[in-house]
Amino acid sequence: MTQKPPTIAYRLDPRSGVAPYRQLVEQVRRALVSGLLREGDQLPSVRDVVTQITINPNTVHRAYRELEYLGIAEGRAGLGTFITAHPSAALRSSERGSIEKELKDRIVEARDSGMSEEQISELIALAYRQNGDVRK
Amino acid sequence: MIDGTDVLETVNLGKRYRRTWGLQDCSLTIPKGRVAALVGPNGAGKSTLLRMAAGLDHPSVGTLRVLGESPNSGNGNLKTRVGYLDQERPIYKSFRVAEMLRFGENNNPNWNMRVAEEHLAQLEIPLRSRINNLSGGQQAQVALTLCLAKEPELLLLDEPAAALDPVAREDLLRILMRQVADCESSVVLSTHALGDVAAICDYVIVLAHSRVVLSNDTEYVLESHRILSAVHDGNLLPPPGVSIINNQSSARGQSILVRVELPIDDAQWHVERPSLEEIVLAYLRSGSPGARDRRSPDDDGSGE
Repeated sequence: MTQKPPTIAYRLDPRSGVAPYRQLVEQVRRALVSGLLREGDQLPSVRDVVTQITINPNTVHRAYRELEYLGIAEGRAGLGTFITAHPSAALRSSERGSIEKELKDRIVEARDSGMSEEQISELIALAYRQNGDVRK
Repeated sequence: MIDGTDVLETVNLGKRYRRTWGLQDCSLTIPKGRVAALVGPNGAGKSTLLRMAAGLDHPSVGTLRVLGESPNSGNGNLKTRVGYLDQERPIYKSFRVAEMLRFGENNNPNWNMRVAEEHLAQLEIPLRSRINNLSGGQQAQVALTLCLAKEPELLLLDEPAAALDPVAREDLLRILMRQVADCESSVVLSTHALGDVAAICDYVIVLAHSRVVLSNDTEYVLESHRILSAVHDGNLLPPPGVSIINNQSSARGQSILVRVELPIDDAQWHVERPSLEEIVLAYLRSGSPGARDRRSPDDDGSGE
């Protein structure tokens, strides 16, 4: 088999307060939502990732274990880690559409009432943090 | 534990030079399989600790176990299981790279020539070059390659990437990470580059004033620290159950970096996640022993 380009190219932001393995998990999730990754795709092997970016192999293992736990991927012995279909892993498109519309309407409303883009983003970030900080 | 799940274990370890302590009251454990960063200002004891672990210096007080053994017992076996590299790279400047490799092969029973040649090919360092004619970065890479070809279980690296340009440093760290992936080596490295710590290390030890002020999994460190800020012109009391590591307050507001045990649910405070760099800096600035404990205290980890 010839060398194929990786299905996903990870990035790591060492200045983020988000643990590196979570950054990888998030990137896989986003790639699923955007269609960059699909069911049956093979994720790059730990060794390939370590060759591409400066990252601890344990971090990649940890991320893949987490993806398995979340039902997004599965490890197949001797073959690698593959994306599995899971409706809850990626938002269903109908659901996504309605959330998008709702958000848009609210943002237009906020803008019409005189809020700046910055103020609106700040408000969203704040609401997100207040509800999103408590995990598990 | 007896089965040697810790690669490095120290209890009240200290090293006294004539008048001053190079390291004091150092108690820590580094589990197997980690890439651990040793961070601290110059003179904090990082090199002293690494040298003692490599068996090059003798502790003045306390105990030290490396891969479950004492490095000072005259045990030659440990020498082949541990790779040590410091700024004074053990390479002969007049040698060619290939000659250095052969020298290494003759002196190490577990020498893996294939690994060495692969790394050097990757780095585009020709085997026939004289060490003298290589750049500083390339010399550092050759020295690390020689260290890795021994395929040690534990690598002790004293500022392996210091004084390298960004690309050379990245190449060096990737080769190190590949070794970790292939051989499951454990690594303890000292560094001043906090960005590297966040990228490649999964365990962090902060030394300040010759003492350990933080020692834990980076993931746990990230999850257990928060920056709290509030607009307040008095002295707002921090939420219960947090310990303040660093306080940066202005006339009208407070900003504190804290260690937390539980999620913070206090509307008066705005909660943010600090980066690993911010956390380490806060500990370096405060220099106070705060989070020395590990998540789950080992039930008497001694195992005689």
